[in-house]
Amino acid sequence: MSSDATAPATAAQAPPGPAETAPPAAIGRMAEIVVRSLVPVLLALVAGGLVLLALGANPIQFYADVWSGGMDFGAWQDTVMRMAPLALIACGLIYVFKAGIWNLGIDGQFLLAGGVIAGLAPELYGNMPDALMFLILFIVAGVVASVWTIVPALLRAHYGVNEIITSLMTSFIGINLANILIKGPFQDTASNVPQTEAIPFTNLLPTIPGTRIHVGVIVAAVLAIATWYAMSRTSFGLRLAILGANARAAAHVGISVPRLILVAFMTSGAFIGLAAAAEIMGIWGYVRADWNPAFGLLVVPLVFLARFNALATIPFVAALALMTIGGDLATQNAGVSNEFTLLLVGLVLLFMGVTELLGRRRSLGQSYLQGIKRRKG
Amino acid sequence: MSEIFTTDVLTALLAGGILAGVPLLFAALGEMVAERAGVLNIGLEGYMLMGAYVGFVTAYHTNTFLGFLGGAAAGAAVSLIMVVLCIRLGLDQIVVGIAITLAAEGATALIFDSQFAESRPTLGATERIDIPGLSQIPVVGGGDTSDGSVFSQPPIVYIGLAIVVGTAWTMRRTHWGLNIRAAGDKPSALDAAGVSVLGTRTWATLFCGAMAGMGGAYLSITAAGLFEDFITQGRGFIAIVLAMLARGKGAWVLIGAFVFGISLSISDALQIAGVDISTDLVFMLPFVTVIAVLVVFGRRSYLPAALALPYVRGAR
Repeated sequence: MSSDATAPATAAQAPPGPAETAPPAAIGRMAEIVVRSLVPVLLALVAGGLVLLALGANPIQFYADVWSGGMDFGAWQDTVMRMAPLALIACGLIYVFKAGIWNLGIDGQFLLAGGVIAGLAPELYGNMPDALMFLILFIVAGVVASVWTIVPALLRAHYGVNEIITSLMTSFIGINLANILIKGPFQDTASNVPQTEAIPFTNLLPTIPGTRIHVGVIVAAVLAIATWYAMSRTSFGLRLAILGANARAAAHVGISVPRLILVAFMTSGAFIGLAAAAEIMGIWGYVRADWNPAFGLLVVPLVFLARFNALATIPFVAALALMTIGGDLATQNAGVSNEFTLLLVGLVLLFMGVTELLGRRRSLGQSYLQGIKRRKG
Repeated sequence: MSEIFTTDVLTALLAGGILAGVPLLFAALGEMVAERAGVLNIGLEGYMLMGAYVGFVTAYHTNTFLGFLGGAAAGAAVSLIMVVLCIRLGLDQIVVGIAITLAAEGATALIFDSQFAESRPTLGATERIDIPGLSQIPVVGGGDTSDGSVFSQPPIVYIGLAIVVGTAWTMRRTHWGLNIRAAGDKPSALDAAGVSVLGTRTWATLFCGAMAGMGGAYLSITAAGLFEDFITQGRGFIAIVLAMLARGKGAWVLIGAFVFGISLSISDALQIAGVDISTDLVFMLPFVTVIAVLVVFGRRSYLPAALALPYVRGAR
């Protein structure tokens, strides 16, 4: 079953390969990319299976349950919908990671944007056409999360203050601020628990006819293609890549490094805000205080596995969405904690490291772990 | 103002600050040493969680003292992953750190669930030591209150303070400290001087893992008396921030941990005084202050030059 879960990756990853590199030896390069990206996933599934065995569960049955829990009886629609926020976050991270910048404040940006639009939605709802409301909410979410990255970005750009620490700090502030808003001005007075007033379930984002899938998925797909295009076909993408490869060289070729850092950070924030909008307006319609899906760290490894290629992230995002949706049923049936997904993603990352070492020995192609170069000073 | 800060409230504030601050103190101290040596442990949260779990289980089956040792050993064991993959093999420290945090979150939840899903055991209160005389002082004494205060704490707190002093002294006054700082600032110089960069970083990271594990064990054994999924709740990341802000000064780790400890617990203390204040707001304030200071007095960061860079002999 495990091979089924990752099989689509092989097919869907093919297009970016030849597009990125010169035609000669393209097949060899593609094989390298597939090996480097899939081996860690397969090793993690095997190691996770061993852990399940040790806990007395049947790993084959478990992975089969993940598949059926995430695909059967219309659950595939939940899986597809879960892909929307994950893919948008992944795209957002590509802009910063490619430029050699760490935005680790994902959860704060996500929750603050989500909290603000969940509080704003009841005010707008009914006063205007739903389409206009969704447009405003998506824009607001993007702007809020984008603004939330400004401080770490400026500190990094102008004073060289490490953005890992500042984006983590602003993340904590964002999470708490979202809670303050939800428990305070945005609270639904009719509810006993601190949460925002809910938009009626029937008036959430429109669905694709014949399914329950909301159109946020289409937004995510379009933006993923746009990200791929921006990174591989525009001067903006090239400038980010130069900055990521060598900040000093970037300054020498006339790139305004501080401005580019700010733009990269804000773009990534905007995507993360859109991810929140798709999740809140597509699925929930409200936000409860202390709700935190903690997608942030789960998505980071996918971006590396896909080597900063927006289209290549999609199969990985699909696999993660399947794990998170189908994992609930599987862990329930197997009688283990539903945090198994976290272990699996962690293992994928660790095996990425191991594959990397084998790759260096056996030359499996260009490394992706060094994709983010640490700068000095 | 004076009506709010009665003796009871101040005592509760101090006790709460210590209770919440000690795990941060341990973890941030370890991380500070590792960072000085050039190793950024994003997996600190993972070390703490594993320490919390193993510490709890050990204390549950044996006694508190062994529990803390077990927690420290578990934290050090997890940091070995960092040592092997990042220090020895030169992989990206942030990627591996995130992996460690995620895997430890998943692993502790899984194992705990399979062992204690039904029973959910708890530990009794950790025994405190009353320092003779001093523990009778109002507010800071705390000998006769339920949660203690500065001079009535479990031995582990005093051991922690001793470790802070010892570490600060070691970092400033000994060859070890000099080696550690060189490993982070100019590893090639340390190598030229005939000291192993990788060895120095390895010991610094193992120390970091042990301290974080001990902090986690304090969290589960003393502060909560139980283990639950994600019990560290992001404290590992706060500790990373504290370590970076402390700029290698042990005293600043102590102050930072205590300030954050107070901010984590002040709303409970103020409830005694009848003041209802949002936990979220109070918890936010220290971060807001730090960010404001950075913005207003924006200066360059004070991180070691070679932080998170693998050392390769001969590389430029």
